[in-house]
Amino acid sequence: MTEGGAKAACHGDGPARKGGRSGRPTVAVVGNPNTGKTTLFNRLTGQRARVGNYPGVTVDRRSGRARLRRHGHGPPLEVEVFDVPGCYSLSARSAEEEIAIDAILGWKGNPRPDLVLVVVDATQLVRNLYLVVQILELGVPVVLALNMIDEAGEAAPDPRALGTLLGVTCVATNARLGAGVEELESVVAAALARPVVTRPRVEYAAELLADAGRVADALPEQWLAGVADDARRTALALWALTSVHDDDELVGIPASLRERVAEVRKGARRRDLDAEIIGARYGFLDAHLPELFAPHRTTIVTERIDRVLLHPVTGFATFLAVMFVVFQSLFAWADPAIGMIEKLFGAAGAWLTAVLPPGVITDLVVQGIVGGVGNVLVFLPQILLLFFLLGLLEDSGYLARVAYLMDRVMKSLGLHGRAFVPMLSGFACAIPAIMATRTMERRRDRLLTMMVIPLMTCSARLPVYTLIIGALFPPSRKLGVVPVQGLLMVAMYAFSTVVALVAAGVLGRTVLRGPNVPLILELPPYRLPLLSSVVQMMWQRSKLFLSEAGTMILTCTVLLWALLSFPKLPDAPVVTDVPARAAWEQASLEQSFGGRIGKTLEPVIAPLGFDWKIGVGIVGAFAAREVFVSTMGVIYGVGHEADEGDLALRDRLRADVRPDGSPVYSPLVGFSLMVFFALACQCMSTLAIVRRETDGWRWPGFLFAYMTTLAWVVSFTVYQGGRLIGLG
Amino acid sequence: MSGHDAMVTTLSNLPLRSRAKILAVGGSPAFRRRLMELGLVPGTPIEVSRIAPLGDPIQLVVRGCRLSIRRKEAAELTVFSEDPRATGGLGCGGCAA
Repeated sequence: MTEGGAKAACHGDGPARKGGRSGRPTVAVVGNPNTGKTTLFNRLTGQRARVGNYPGVTVDRRSGRARLRRHGHGPPLEVEVFDVPGCYSLSARSAEEEIAIDAILGWKGNPRPDLVLVVVDATQLVRNLYLVVQILELGVPVVLALNMIDEAGEAAPDPRALGTLLGVTCVATNARLGAGVEELESVVAAALARPVVTRPRVEYAAELLADAGRVADALPEQWLAGVADDARRTALALWALTSVHDDDELVGIPASLRERVAEVRKGARRRDLDAEIIGARYGFLDAHLPELFAPHRTTIVTERIDRVLLHPVTGFATFLAVMFVVFQSLFAWADPAIGMIEKLFGAAGAWLTAVLPPGVITDLVVQGIVGGVGNVLVFLPQILLLFFLLGLLEDSGYLARVAYLMDRVMKSLGLHGRAFVPMLSGFACAIPAIMATRTMERRRDRLLTMMVIPLMTCSARLPVYTLIIGALFPPSRKLGVVPVQGLLMVAMYAFSTVVALVAAGVLGRTVLRGPNVPLILELPPYRLPLLSSVVQMMWQRSKLFLSEAGTMILTCTVLLWALLSFPKLPDAPVVTDVPARAAWEQASLEQSFGGRIGKTLEPVIAPLGFDWKIGVGIVGAFAAREVFVSTMGVIYGVGHEADEGDLALRDRLRADVRPDGSPVYSPLVGFSLMVFFALACQCMSTLAIVRRETDGWRWPGFLFAYMTTLAWVVSFTVYQGGRLIGLG
Repeated sequence: MSGHDAMVTTLSNLPLRSRAKILAVGGSPAFRRRLMELGLVPGTPIEVSRIAPLGDPIQLVVRGCRLSIRRKEAAELTVFSEDPRATGGLGCGGCAA
């Protein structure tokens, strides 16, 4: 199910807007996946593309302005172009699949395109033309771009003959090199000036047409607004017959139409309506296309590569190597850049503190705003890297192979095969990992993956584990020959992975239970990724992160700063007086709102073995988990610059005692605390990105609630269970 | 069933690198509709070209395009095979002739 405010929007509500907001003509670029559609879109729009969401769904809507060259027929024509997500057909089962027809007909708040540019892969002509037939049936003006004409080689169809068969203008292009693009531009400009509507001569059985007629009578008025000819009515009726079902997840289908479709289906239950409709379209294509070209043979190169990459031994070896590179790049290669950003913002903060007069405003600027911007930018290196690698994997065709290789494993966990790379990325950081779930089409697959990624041991948890393990488990301690410190670290990784996989299994059978969708996976031919496309996608993703999730992370940082800084203690000692400053910081944190929250929380967290100081640490860690370390530094009077290796901080943790004289930090408490950090959703940036990716507060709310509950229950069990068996 | 060289069986019974012709597409309405829209309409030649290293899914070549589906769903596709290695026939194509 989908949620969110935009759901109320109905098919064709209000008059469809003609053209773009700007008054420029609008062109929709449509096509099967892997046809080079986006490359062609980039060719047309240059670097001027904007990315947003389609109304009501979190699916990318790329749009941009193109200046169409007109071969001496006047100055370039400015048009608005938008990229419709790749699809094999217009018929739909979900809100995501509905985008194609909504975008083509200008329904649900989409601008109505004046022309549909369909990009077809010349090497997969018949299957690509199925979609063309469906679009032509709707009676919209169409221009065909016969793309990847170079790959088709001798089997390449003649664009003119193809155009004549379908009654549209067809231009052969090679979007990668830009060949044919100029001709395409002038053809599109000419078609916009004189729109022509033609219908393919698909022969449907009379019986089927009668059924379609009955469905057409129940079509809502708004669907027919403007173009109410019989052919459009029949096409929409056929769309409804192949799309509307009892269990579909379509948005904006009136009840009366649903009833009529069910009635007609019932009346025709001895027949196979889907096969009649689809068979007639393929019948038309199969009857006419062989005259035009020799069928393209599967590329030998791809077959040869697959022999290695899908081989039981070499295939998995390559897979592991590729995944290692992805993991290593996020975990290690991004590190210098992250360190630099942190240093830069640290230095900027120090400089501002020095030049600005001391006071609340300076603190706000330094700790709230500069710190907040730093908190946002620090994610950029990993986001850029992950999307660069994902772009390469996707465009080369390897990402589909990952899904193919891992399907067996992922399916048993209820996850999509494509969830593998995002889950793996979660070991580095949940933010880019959650953004990477967009490579999955279905909303349920995406949600399920997003809900378990934050359980993976991200790199921000490591300083917390290092501090606790270092303080409470001496390096000399060994279990057999294995040092306990190292063992615990490995155990935390194993624990988080197991919990994430179990959580996927449980959530997939409960909260996110959905129809078991059979796998249909296309394994596209291997192609050399186009660097400019990959880089452009990477920038677009990163910009979206900065503008949308970034503002929320910044706001949260300022709020959290206020929480931990007010009310203020008077008489701050000078920064250079280190011991006095540390004591003042400690006292002022204790009586701040954050400190009070920690104390208020104490009864709730006491059963986990935590005191109020840990409570304050947990509140502070909301900014980012590793902030727990510096918050503890302040609470224990070591100063906010303490890191996880700080020996003074470790000593103070060990020395801290409860009123009864027993140590606050027993190994059992440390264990309970690590379990809590492994499971709790202590990260505002994760919540911010989930909010952006799901377009609402419902899923981040659920994520926070379920992870925090899980963390409390498991930590409780660990601590109380440990005490019962005499470990505490 | 062995001994006949042509038979009606399911796609999941086809041996590797075996060619057949699609007779009927079964399965859930959404699944079969999507497959047919990808060109797997009755009468289309189909080949099982590869099996994933973990045994599932299988890779098909249809109309020059590589598609992958799981064995469970492949069992819902009825095909006509002339491969003597095909097993578990649903009927005998050769007898009728």
